[in-house]
Amino acid sequence: MDAGRLLHDLFFDYTLRTVALGAMALGVVSGTLGAFAVLRRQSLLGDAISHAALPGIVLAFMFTGAKDPLWLVVGAAVAGWLGALTVMWIVRQSRLPEDTALGIVLSVFFGIGLVLLTYVQREPTASQAGLNTFLFGQAATLVVDDVIVIAVLGSVALGVVALFWKEFKLLSFDREFGKSLGIGMRGIDVLLTTVLVIAIVIGLQTVGVVLMSAMVVAPAAAARQWTDSLGVMVVLSAVFGALGGVTGAVASSTAAGIPTGPAIVLAVTMVVVLSIALAPRRGLVWEWVRHKRNQQTVRTGAVLTDLYALASHHKERGHGHKLAVLQAMDARRGGVRRTLDVLASRGLAARAADDTWSLTEQGEQEARAEIARREGDDA
Amino acid sequence: MNAIEINDLTVAYQDKPVLWDLDLTVPSGILMAVVGPNGAGKTTLIKAILGLIDPAAGQVLVQGKPYRRQRHLLAYVPQRGSVDWDFPTSVLDVVMMGRYGALGWIRRPGGRERALAMQALDKVGMTDLAERQISQLSGGQQQRVFLARALVQDACIYLMDEPFQGVDAKTERAIMDVLRELRDTGNTVIAVHHALQTVPEYFDWVTLLNVRLIAAGPVKEAFTEANIRLAYSGRVPFHSGTSNGTSNGDGSGKGDGDDADDAPWLSALR
Repeated sequence: MDAGRLLHDLFFDYTLRTVALGAMALGVVSGTLGAFAVLRRQSLLGDAISHAALPGIVLAFMFTGAKDPLWLVVGAAVAGWLGALTVMWIVRQSRLPEDTALGIVLSVFFGIGLVLLTYVQREPTASQAGLNTFLFGQAATLVVDDVIVIAVLGSVALGVVALFWKEFKLLSFDREFGKSLGIGMRGIDVLLTTVLVIAIVIGLQTVGVVLMSAMVVAPAAAARQWTDSLGVMVVLSAVFGALGGVTGAVASSTAAGIPTGPAIVLAVTMVVVLSIALAPRRGLVWEWVRHKRNQQTVRTGAVLTDLYALASHHKERGHGHKLAVLQAMDARRGGVRRTLDVLASRGLAARAADDTWSLTEQGEQEARAEIARREGDDA
Repeated sequence: MNAIEINDLTVAYQDKPVLWDLDLTVPSGILMAVVGPNGAGKTTLIKAILGLIDPAAGQVLVQGKPYRRQRHLLAYVPQRGSVDWDFPTSVLDVVMMGRYGALGWIRRPGGRERALAMQALDKVGMTDLAERQISQLSGGQQQRVFLARALVQDACIYLMDEPFQGVDAKTERAIMDVLRELRDTGNTVIAVHHALQTVPEYFDWVTLLNVRLIAAGPVKEAFTEANIRLAYSGRVPFHSGTSNGTSNGDGSGKGDGDDADDAPWLSALR
């Protein structure tokens, strides 16, 4: 399918439009809440919540006997919420560390969910068909009712974040200080976790319980690379989430058979990889360039002072010195030849016809300044 | 009225007591140091006063009433290392957090909070760094940001956990000037402190702590060589097995072993 055709279908094809809208909405919400989860070092909590939601989905189906999106989401939310509270409870009441509590909750709830799912699927009725798409997600199954549930619950979640912005920021940065102010931080923690649960369960049908945590962690991790402001980070994370969600959902809906979860994960991974590599200041490329630049500065200074030291043995300016001599003086750093070229291009050193090097007048001044700087550092 | 009154305070983590049966009265308008070796319960004392941890027994009165109703009177400077300084926020934002308690739920900080925060930053000499991202601050600047955040709380009792940890000499003087000004305007300052040699110069009162209260009072009376030895030469043995001789209370690694030989700072007293 070519790009123009895809763009046309995105707006006018009923199925594709529904899928794209749903994926975009859930991407915005999970990206927003994911920013807080990542900053609070709770990336794995999202994983525990999404896995813990599975038994809730199956039980909701067993009780209602139908796949009503609202009830399935309510079931998922209750189970996911219970899972999250169980993690908090274990951490508070026992001496087990948080990652252990997360591991226990994730595997136990998910195990129960799988048992229930297997049991339900043995029932002769056909109505349970498609329940297992909750494992890896299937955006193509989204209908308008699903999108409405996602949009309404997602708006509630975003509204809570907007209202309690200041409290959530305080909780994420310095919980104990907040407590010292007399603000009920435990209540805020429960509130933020509840909203995170909402953000996760509305994505389960599309992305699946197994990979939903990627929608929580990846957009936020990518967004953190580009900014030092919480507000900008949350907005960017929401944009990345929407982008990844739509790309993955559309890719999986148009190419039959690809589960949406993995497709979405691939899409957001692209964003993460690009962000880790290219972001200014925090990105790998930026780091590398800075490192090289520092290295060059140090090398230039070293060769400059070496030339100055050699020059001080001779009365007349411009007495040339062989490259080999300088290389011997600076054996540990290497790159002397290139550094000399740099110095020459800056007019600090000159190369004579007999392939020897000497400082220019400007170079001598610069070398004296460099030596003064070093002594200044030592003092 | 006394700023703080502590009666029979005992705090235990799991089954290990951290503070044992502590009675302490802190009068208003003083600068008080809390000193003692590592694990003596200094941070725990600060947190117990703030109501951040539940004591196993005893009570804390702030200006005569339980702290729950007096929280607005207390300002807190936690240890610098207690937060993630790579958090995406600015200096001004962190300082404004000191106003969150007075603001109440949901309401956003506005122009008034911004102005108060800038005033506090001015007092600690950091107005030019107001918009700076906090990960780019030095240790001393981080400490001053926390101090400014406590200043905007507009409290009358300031509880500080190692306000001089990891700061340069110039910043230490600047912080000290602020603390003295607080004291001189009628506030009470309680600070966990590590450098014993500066206690007489910086503080009016001192509390020597080693799980139990060793001594508390005006520096001249309480900060004696005998009391310091008592606080630093191993734990007060109230149950066996804990006397592990953690004598180098400032954690700088200078001195090791027991009793007199490990106390170069004692010369400051003589």
